[in-house]
Amino acid sequence: MIYLDNAATTKIDPKVKKTMEPYFFEFFGNASSLHFGGLKARQAVDEAQAKIADFLRCQAKEVYFTSGATESDNWAILGLTRAFKRQKNDFKPHIIISQIEHDAILAPAKELQREGVEVTFLAVDKNGLVDVKKVSQAIKSNTILVSIMYANNEIGTVQPIKEIGKIIKEENKKRKNKIYFHTDATQAVACLDCNVEKLGVDLLSLSAHKIYGPKGVGILYIKNGTPIEPIMLGGGQQNNKRSGTYNVAGIVGLGRAVELLLNKKVINLEVKKIKQLRDYLVKEIKNKIPRTIVTGDIKNRLPGNASFIFAGAEGESILLMLSNTGIAVSTGSACSSGSLAPSHVLVAMGVKPELAHGSIRVSIGRFNTKKDIDIIIKKLPPIIERLRKMSPLQ
Amino acid sequence: MYNEKVLKHFSNPSNQGEIKNADGVGLVGNPTCGDMMRIFISVSKNKKGEEIIKDIKFQTLGCGAAIATSSMLTEMAKGKTIAEAEKIGKLQIAEELGGLPAVKMHCSVLAHEGLGEAIKDYRSKNKKLKK
Repeated sequence: MIYLDNAATTKIDPKVKKTMEPYFFEFFGNASSLHFGGLKARQAVDEAQAKIADFLRCQAKEVYFTSGATESDNWAILGLTRAFKRQKNDFKPHIIISQIEHDAILAPAKELQREGVEVTFLAVDKNGLVDVKKVSQAIKSNTILVSIMYANNEIGTVQPIKEIGKIIKEENKKRKNKIYFHTDATQAVACLDCNVEKLGVDLLSLSAHKIYGPKGVGILYIKNGTPIEPIMLGGGQQNNKRSGTYNVAGIVGLGRAVELLLNKKVINLEVKKIKQLRDYLVKEIKNKIPRTIVTGDIKNRLPGNASFIFAGAEGESILLMLSNTGIAVSTGSACSSGSLAPSHVLVAMGVKPELAHGSIRVSIGRFNTKKDIDIIIKKLPPIIERLRKMSPLQ
Repeated sequence: MYNEKVLKHFSNPSNQGEIKNADGVGLVGNPTCGDMMRIFISVSKNKKGEEIIKDIKFQTLGCGAAIATSSMLTEMAKGKTIAEAEKIGKLQIAEELGGLPAVKMHCSVLAHEGLGEAIKDYRSKNKKLKK
């Protein structure tokens, strides 16, 4: 099996798995229990929280554990806006997001829109980049939140978060009502700097299973003093902000996965290797397959992302045929999404629907080798050729 | 998402290709929506003098379900009289495949339409010949 879908999820690093193991049988206690079992679990949660804080360069108490990036994103969007609505009943808040956000941002934003909140969906350029100036222009007197993803999951385009952070900071100096800045860093964490101070963000979402950790656990970084309502109500865990029993083993796994990212020397080498493999793949595929389009920004791009459009072949069919040969990739074609519209990201970039249906994303990760890339380079061209021959459009 | 039968038809489709000088051709769907099918039929008469679909082939641009329903349709229609082939229901192709995900049912409808168009084309050509 050749796994080239690391943007969907990653394999757990064996080191992470090993660290998690004792927390299933030996130290299975509830981190909120007062007895020795709870104490051990609590220590583990605290340690993980400290590691994540170290990674983000924030305070440990600013790190809140969630069930993953979807919950973190929902919480950031809904929680912050609701806090503002509660403060002033007649206030109509305005939030700004990009058109290419993940559905975990788009869906709650649209939900708020139905509740009467004003939402700006910022357009992107043909490479999927958000224009910093346009963020600035979109700001209004009632703007409370800007949420722009750090890197896009489909096309790998890395957004100018620091620059956006700067203009929001400048803007905030001029106004009474602070604008808060959130970024969904899910795709970026494995390879980009996530220093929240440098990025200038007040809120940041990340997920463990994209960084060689377990599924079902993530965090929301919430800067001290940020007004936010809980969306999970119950036992009052995590300072009454996020109820629910601590997912101790998951949190331990996330902590260890982040700790591995703290080893800059190793990670820099890893990122370099991944980028080399990606560049090699893109070069070879462009050489071997006619009518190949590379989508996304070439320069501002995640190192492991290679996203293509093969005109005249449909993405899901390409994916299934690659799967038949033991290669796992992803597509933004309508078919895989459950709806009939092609990828909202490609559409926002101005890609024609008939082309968007032929999109394939290859995402390279920690455990991929040159041999994996050589195999997909060999297997993909005949598949595209076969599908193009099968088509009524010659 | 897809059952084994669907995947089998997708991976090794029956009757894929084109018929040169086909008696009827139907082209349905459009590239914007992602699925496009062209169905070719050649028609002859059996001993009873009924028109039968002697051969049928397809060309499809589309997802796994589009290819699988194309293949399934051709198997179902091949050798049938035109009257019988016209009785194939629009969701019967999906049924014969053992079911399709709800969002993919339109592929069954599209294949059904493709055959309908091919038969219509055959009839209009035939009329012209008779004239």
